[in-house]
Order: sequence, then structure tokens, then C-alpha cells
Amino acid sequence: MSIDPLLTLLSQKARYTHEELADLLSLTESEVVSRVAEYEANGTIIGYQTVIDPDLSGNTDVSAFIEVKLTPERDGGFDRMAMRIAKFDQVESCYLISGGYDLNVVVVGRDLREVASFVSEKLSTIQGVVSTATHFKLKTYKQNGFLYEVERQEGRLTVSP
Amino acid sequence: MDYSDKISKQLATVSRSGIRDFFELVQGREDVISLGVGEPDFATPWHIREAAIYSLENGQTSYTSNLGLLKLRRRISDYVRGFFRVSYSYEDEVLVTVGVSEAIDLALRALLNPGDEVIYHEPCYVSYSPSIAMAYGVAVPVATRKEDGFSLKAEDLEAVITERSRVLMLNFPTNPTGAVADVGDLEEIAALCIKHDLVVLTDEIYSELIYDAVEHTSIASLDGMKERCVLLHGFSKAFAMTGFRLGYACAPGPIIDAMMKIHQYSMLCAPVTSQVAAIEALEHGAASIVRMKEAYHQRRDYMVRRLQQMGVECHVPGGAFYVFPDIRKFGLSSKEFAMRLLEETSVAAVPGDAFGESGEGFLRCCYATSMEEIVEAMDRLEAFVRKF
Repeated sequence: MSIDPLLTLLSQKARYTHEELADLLSLTESEVVSRVAEYEANGTIIGYQTVIDPDLSGNTDVSAFIEVKLTPERDGGFDRMAMRIAKFDQVESCYLISGGYDLNVVVVGRDLREVASFVSEKLSTIQGVVSTATHFKLKTYKQNGFLYEVERQEGRLTVSP
Repeated sequence: MDYSDKISKQLATVSRSGIRDFFELVQGREDVISLGVGEPDFATPWHIREAAIYSLENGQTSYTSNLGLLKLRRRISDYVRGFFRVSYSYEDEVLVTVGVSEAIDLALRALLNPGDEVIYHEPCYVSYSPSIAMAYGVAVPVATRKEDGFSLKAEDLEAVITERSRVLMLNFPTNPTGAVADVGDLEEIAALCIKHDLVVLTDEIYSELIYDAVEHTSIASLDGMKERCVLLHGFSKAFAMTGFRLGYACAPGPIIDAMMKIHQYSMLCAPVTSQVAAIEALEHGAASIVRMKEAYHQRRDYMVRRLQQMGVECHVPGGAFYVFPDIRKFGLSSKEFAMRLLEETSVAAVPGDAFGESGEGFLRCCYATSMEEIVEAMDRLEAFVRKF
């Protein structure tokens, strides 16, 4: 199934102006405005973010990927527990996954200690959490589809047949 | 030493490419926004490059079969059957070449006797007329019209057919006009080819890049045409692999055999690294094509709309990645217009006459460049045409 090209464009670059989107999609500006508004209202568009290189921005936060094993509940399976975990501000992302464990939780903190205390004091004490394994992120190469080292295309001729 | 009598007389009939002259003017200028390229602005999709690197790491650096790697020919045969709906045996009806350019040269040399006439529609790719001359043929261009969307009309074709006509060359979608042929026109053209016993070289290099039609039709897929068609295709445009230099020809065995004779002594085989990359492209490249095609489509619509808004007439090109606006009303030749545009606004676009006489009065603007550059180029062009 193919999604609305308007959404594809916005997912690549949230800063497109309505005018640019209208130009690219052969729509009128007001059509773009109303479609974006509808997507925002019905929750299809959840939010807009800027992808920032933490090294260059001076951000020294640490991130960890935490593998969480859960005991599913009789009513609601994993959803209620996953939401409970996801609502913490420290949790950047939270995914239910297949395989050896159940949730992949990305936790961000000011330093190792802060992440560690969140895991030991909050995460692992939630009822139903069987175990956690914490993996700290060392370096990012690509995030949200953006390579940190932009590839330069070399040697393209300015005029060719 | 006097070289004038050392160089082949036949080659003296071949003129320099008009693009080459223009290229030299643009070179060395720093600030140019170029709409003058004839290739995708995307780098080759990474999975294809990675497959090529992997093959090098594994030491896959030898010659291949003259026809090309067996696995690649199987994939090509499958792809052509699926996309063009024509079946060719990978054993003796597919030849892997160094780009479509080599395949055109091989086909013309394999088919022509000195003095045979080759008909092609114009404006067209810059190599057609020279390739015909270098194969000792006689080039017979048929001018196409903006009013017909630069598609070839059967009556125009019939008007130039003579006793000496041997080959018809087609290229839809067309470089430089972006023209596509509708099935009705192709059927009439096919009937003429059968009636006059012409062999058709159909250069399908842009066939994946069509934006309005639901699907592309090759003349080779029409009834009775496979036996008299040489279908030429490659990886440069749809897969953004221009520098890999890889193409192929599909044709009845005896024609491939004849082309192969030349290929094996001149080229031996296409580069193995490129062949490996091409296998990866055919096996896993479909999504990359869709992604790039979507971007081209948006840019085409934008460029056409901007040109029309600023009062520059142009037909809506159905394919490839070129817009071919009509600049006759400004009272300058294509060359003068392109030169002044370059000098006064630093936007480079190729004068239409580089693609044959019938391209005079037009400009080729390639939209395989970033949207930001297209927007800026159109802003500058708009300011430029306001002076007239």
C-alpha cells in the first residue's frame, strides 16, 4: 500500500512550506493546509522534530537501549505495561518486539548514573517486568534516515548528453 | 606531420557534439546552476554499490562470458519479460554491453551495409547520427513536432522510406524531449516496418521513467515485431548507474550473433563489477526506482508549471527527465538564448539544436537536479525572460 505522498514528503522534511508542498504535489496551497490539518487532527501526524547531531550541538546526554522481558497480563497482554513504561519522560522510544525479549526501550539521561537509577528504581520495579538488560549507545552513524556523515557526490559533469 | 590524411575520411563526416562546445563554456564557472546534465542526480542506490564492493573484496575481477554473466542474462530475460512483455532466451538472445551506446554501435554495424539508410525521429540523442555515419550508413532524420508532443507520426515516417531504408531507430521516452509514444502510433509504425521490411532499434533507456501513462509499451511487444526488433536497454537512468556503463541488447539469435562478433573483438565483455552490480539492481532495485521516479515526477510537474506561468510554452513531457520548452517567441536562436541565460543568470541549459536541426528554437532543461536548485533556476529564468 502506498501512503499519501504529502506524508512521505513531510516525513523527509518537516520544514517544507505549504507553498513548496503544493508545488511538489500539484495541489493548491489551501488543499495542502486542509489536508495537513486533517492529519494533525486525526492523529496521523503525531509531531514534528528536528534531527540534531548531538556532538555538534554539545549535547552530552547518554542513551541506552534496554531489553525488557515482561510477563504478559491476562487482560490486555503487553499494552498496559508498555504504555506505563513509555509515559516516563526518560523514555525516548518504546517498541514491542519479537524474539528473545519483549520491549525495546530507549532511555535518555544526563549521565550513566541517571540512566542506571531509572532502570533499577523505576523500570525494573514495575510489576510484571521480569528482567532488563541495558546497552549504552556509544556512537550514532545514522538516525531517522539521516546519515551523520553526509555523502558527497563527486565529479558529476555540469553538462552531459 | 600532416594528420589530415592520416585520419579516416569517414570520420571527417562526423561533426563534434554541440553539447561538448557548451560544456566547455560552462566548465570553469563557479556559480552555475546546471539544468544541462543527462543523468540522474541520485548516487547509485547503496545496496547496488555495496554488491559491487563485495564482489571486488571477493576477488571477482576476471573476464566474463562475451555475452555477459549467465546469471545476469537470466535476470535480464526475466525482467524484460515482466516489464516489456517480450520473451528472450537468456542463452542466445541477450547480449550485455558497455551501456546502450555500445549496443547501438554494435547493432548498426551488425545490420548496415555502406549506404543503407537509417531513419530516426528528431530531436534525438546526440549519438544517433554519428553512430550511423561511423557504421557507413546514411542518417535520415524525421522531424517531430511540439504539437504532437514530439512523438513520431506514421505518415512522417512513411514519407522518408525509400528502397534503401533498412533500419528505424526509436527512443521513447525521448532524450531530449521527454516524448512518449502512444500505442496507436506505435501500431501504425509497426505496420510500416513490416510492410517495408525494416529492422527496429528501440532504445528503451528511459522506459521506467514515465509519469502519466499507466504502463510503458515497447514496439517490440507488438504482434509480429519481436522478430524484427532489437530492444536496447540498460541500467543508467532507472537505477542511477550511468558511470557503471552497463546496457544490454535483446534480439533474435542471428542479430545477437552478429552483434556479438563485433563485441567480442572490440570490447570482449562488459566490466564484471558492473555486471554484478546490475544483478543486484534487478533482484532488489525495484523500490529504489519507485523512490527516484516519485521525486522526478514532482520536479517535472513543478518545472512545467513554472515555465507555463512565466509564459514559456512547453508540452508536458510524459517521460525521461527533461523538459523541452519552446523559446522561439523570444527571437533568439537556441544557442544565443542558452548563452545569454548562462552569462546573465548562470543557469545552464542545453540549446535544442544540439539534438538535431529540428531542436532549434527549444531548450533542454533537465530536472534530475535538486528541488532547491530547480526553484532557484526557475526564479532566475523568470527574471531573464521578463527582459524580452
